[in-house]
Amino acid sequence: MMNWLDICALEEINVLGSRVVASAKGDIAIFRTAGDEVFALDDRCPHKGGPLSQGLVYGKRVACPLHNWQIELESGAAVAPDVGCAHRHQARVENGRVLLSINQAEKCA
Amino acid sequence: MNKQKLVMIGNGMAGVRTLEELLKLAPDLYDITVFGAEPHPNYNRILLSPVLAGEQTFEEIVLNDLSWYAEHNIRLLLNRKVVQIDRKKRLVVADDGSSAHYDRLLIATGSVPFILPVPGNKLHGVIGYRDIADTQMMIDTAKTHSHAVVIGGGLLGLEAANGLKLRGMDVTVVHLADWLLERQLDRTAGKLLQSALETRGIHFRLNEQTEELMDNGEGRVCAVQFKSGDVIPADLVVMAAGIRPNTELAEKAGIPCNRGILVNDTMQTYDPRVYSIGECANHRGTAYGLVAPLFDQAKVCANHLAQLGFARYQGSVTSTKLKVTGIDLFSAGEFMGSDGTETITLSDPIGGVYKKLVIKDDILVGACLYGDTADGGWYFRQVKENANISQIRDQLMFGENVIGDGGHQGQNSAASMPDSAEVCGCNGVCKGTIVKAIQENGLFSVDEIKKHTKAASSCGSCAGLVEQILISTVGGAADVKPKSEKAICGCSELNHGQIRKAIREEHLTRMAQTMDYLNWSTPNGCATCRPALNYYLLSTWPGEAKDDPQSRLINERAHANIQKDGTYSVVPRMWGGVTNPSELRRIADVADKYNVPMVKVTGGQRIDLLGIKKDDLPGVWKDLDMPSGHAYGKSIRTVKTCVGSEFCRFGTQNSTQLGIDLEHDLFNMWSPHKVKLAVSGCPRNCAEAGIKDVGIIGVDSGWEMYIGGNGGIKTEVAEFFVKLKTAEEVREYNGAFLQLYREEAFYLERTVHYMQRVGMEHIKKAVLEDADNRQALNARLQFALSFEQDPWQERLEQPQLKKEFDRIAITELA
Repeated sequence: MMNWLDICALEEINVLGSRVVASAKGDIAIFRTAGDEVFALDDRCPHKGGPLSQGLVYGKRVACPLHNWQIELESGAAVAPDVGCAHRHQARVENGRVLLSINQAEKCA
Repeated sequence: MNKQKLVMIGNGMAGVRTLEELLKLAPDLYDITVFGAEPHPNYNRILLSPVLAGEQTFEEIVLNDLSWYAEHNIRLLLNRKVVQIDRKKRLVVADDGSSAHYDRLLIATGSVPFILPVPGNKLHGVIGYRDIADTQMMIDTAKTHSHAVVIGGGLLGLEAANGLKLRGMDVTVVHLADWLLERQLDRTAGKLLQSALETRGIHFRLNEQTEELMDNGEGRVCAVQFKSGDVIPADLVVMAAGIRPNTELAEKAGIPCNRGILVNDTMQTYDPRVYSIGECANHRGTAYGLVAPLFDQAKVCANHLAQLGFARYQGSVTSTKLKVTGIDLFSAGEFMGSDGTETITLSDPIGGVYKKLVIKDDILVGACLYGDTADGGWYFRQVKENANISQIRDQLMFGENVIGDGGHQGQNSAASMPDSAEVCGCNGVCKGTIVKAIQENGLFSVDEIKKHTKAASSCGSCAGLVEQILISTVGGAADVKPKSEKAICGCSELNHGQIRKAIREEHLTRMAQTMDYLNWSTPNGCATCRPALNYYLLSTWPGEAKDDPQSRLINERAHANIQKDGTYSVVPRMWGGVTNPSELRRIADVADKYNVPMVKVTGGQRIDLLGIKKDDLPGVWKDLDMPSGHAYGKSIRTVKTCVGSEFCRFGTQNSTQLGIDLEHDLFNMWSPHKVKLAVSGCPRNCAEAGIKDVGIIGVDSGWEMYIGGNGGIKTEVAEFFVKLKTAEEVREYNGAFLQLYREEAFYLERTVHYMQRVGMEHIKKAVLEDADNRQALNARLQFALSFEQDPWQERLEQPQLKKEFDRIAITELA
């Protein structure tokens, strides 16, 4: 059973931007695409731990601010030829509110 | 709607590259069918020689394996030779009876070896050197037979001879001309090459013509007889006397050919539905046999197949490299020289070094190097860029090392570096890793190397060196272009100049509108093009274009510098490097209050507070109560000054005051790249004005102005621009020059690179010689700056902007 947390109004995240949620498991980045979809990843690049929330969002990807790794928002996977994965959480928009369900799994999925 | 059908005849490098480019632009436009006569997927034909020599395996030279075709839903029909094109029915038929309809047809049949019309040329053991089957047959023959004759002393012939020799055969090369590689080398270099190959045990017969290939009585070749009457034994004869465009099929279908299938600048044949590229195509009288031009063609062809319709192929300058390990030779452009050209020659026959440079009207048009080819890539770039070399002519022969000074931008000779040498200092990538990536993945451009190895992907200072390694590894196949001709990124085919022009001429003021108008291939760009577009829009239409913070990289969005641990550094502005006790006290208080782990004096005469958490930034700014130092931006950074005539006993001018004034003049100025200034009060130049974008040096009679210096990746000394009398004039000329730079430079182009591209004469004309234009430039700069305000203050005042810095706290249930 999924445990959905109400985070903020959609408007509080810039289009093609992100916000940081401080959770017990560490910072989680919530991204908003041009199509108003939201995605959530651990705020750590699989490369050197850069804060993905600070990256530039385009399409359904974010470019890490430290060394420009490209991360897929849907899967958390690094775009080839880079290899790695940022931990993914469930996020969705309902009635203009952004909801987050924290993925407690230890492994990257 | 049914998809259109694209059929490609030929499964080689040029054709498949076209498909790759097409899939990038329009992944869903076509159902694609490919006919390949060979049983293999696309492989790197130029690496057949290393395979023959035993340095690589077949598996290593495959460029697109079968899964690539499957992944892109390409119907791949291997082992089928197309025998007919029916243009009326728009049908292609193969030898096994299979067929495919087309809406667009791409003929990429490549070339066939030229087989000498001599008796015996059909005997067993007589082959061309073209594909994997030929290579395999040569390898097999070397195991069972001992005498090989290679007809043709060109690149291919010599590589074949070298490989067969390494496989243990006794090899003789027969060549019609006076010296080897007569199309790539002049006589002197050709002779040097010959003696080097002779020491490896390869025999040569120059000025010799083949009369007949003799039968051993069982249908296999056993000897070669020459016109001179001599006969030598031969169990294997490799015909490498040139290639012919493979136009048989096109000719049969009535498509006009003349030493190649005739194509226009869009790679279209006389039949509008039929395109042709690669070695089978004749563009403006030339059928190219090297890879780099074919890749240029592929891009253009894909652009038209994708129905974008604006790319144009206008021919290529080519360079050559012999892939025989241990022998270095390189040639590019018009290396033979002709009427109206001058040559500079360095010849050391004992040391085995020979270099020839061909110059026409102060432009390097060709180079031929033997023995020491380390500078080949650099010369090739000069040739391609049509660079004026009059300033460096006396040192040109000694290469890039001598001309460049400090810094490490391609200063090491790529060819002579050991594999273990570090190339990219940012990401720790050594030469061996790069060479391996190039060979294993079939890379041809610096961009591809960046993606696969990360080399040159951070600060970019080693891009020149990476380019040299690329050229020394794949030779003429290297896809090297000056930035002015390169596409901005993968999202568009357009280069920076074309985009700037469109924004200005079409009055584009919004990001989405610009991407839409210019047919961007991605919905909202990428981390490369968005910051550039944002700058172009703002600098072209100040007041009309609206800044898009989401299109700025993090430093310019947070107005602070991100550090490796995700914290930030804060540098408040200190006008001209001058501060006071009150500011210093506030800085000290902030450092205490926010537990700042490091306080450091910067190179730009100010103070850096490092290790600040993002959510503390607004508080830090408020407590500092000082303006942003823009230490994070593609913008005005600092104006460094010396104490000048107010205190210094040597000072001739009040450099501190001028520095402060200039810094106020430029406050909040965004630019293509960072801009740094310095003002010194006397020629001792304590403010180091010689390595700044604009450097001012006070002299007794006024001020000297220097432009285009920088002390970064590669140290560049600023060039003298103008001598002025008053501080007022300095401010006017400085504003005009920087506005010109802001309007004309490409994003991420420093002043020095902008100057190298447009030339000092152009800048002098716009700023020095035309007073009206100078004032107009200045007015435009002031107009643009009138819309800007201190970004720190702005974020403190506007909650909408401040939310960027707030974290959301949650309490988790369960």
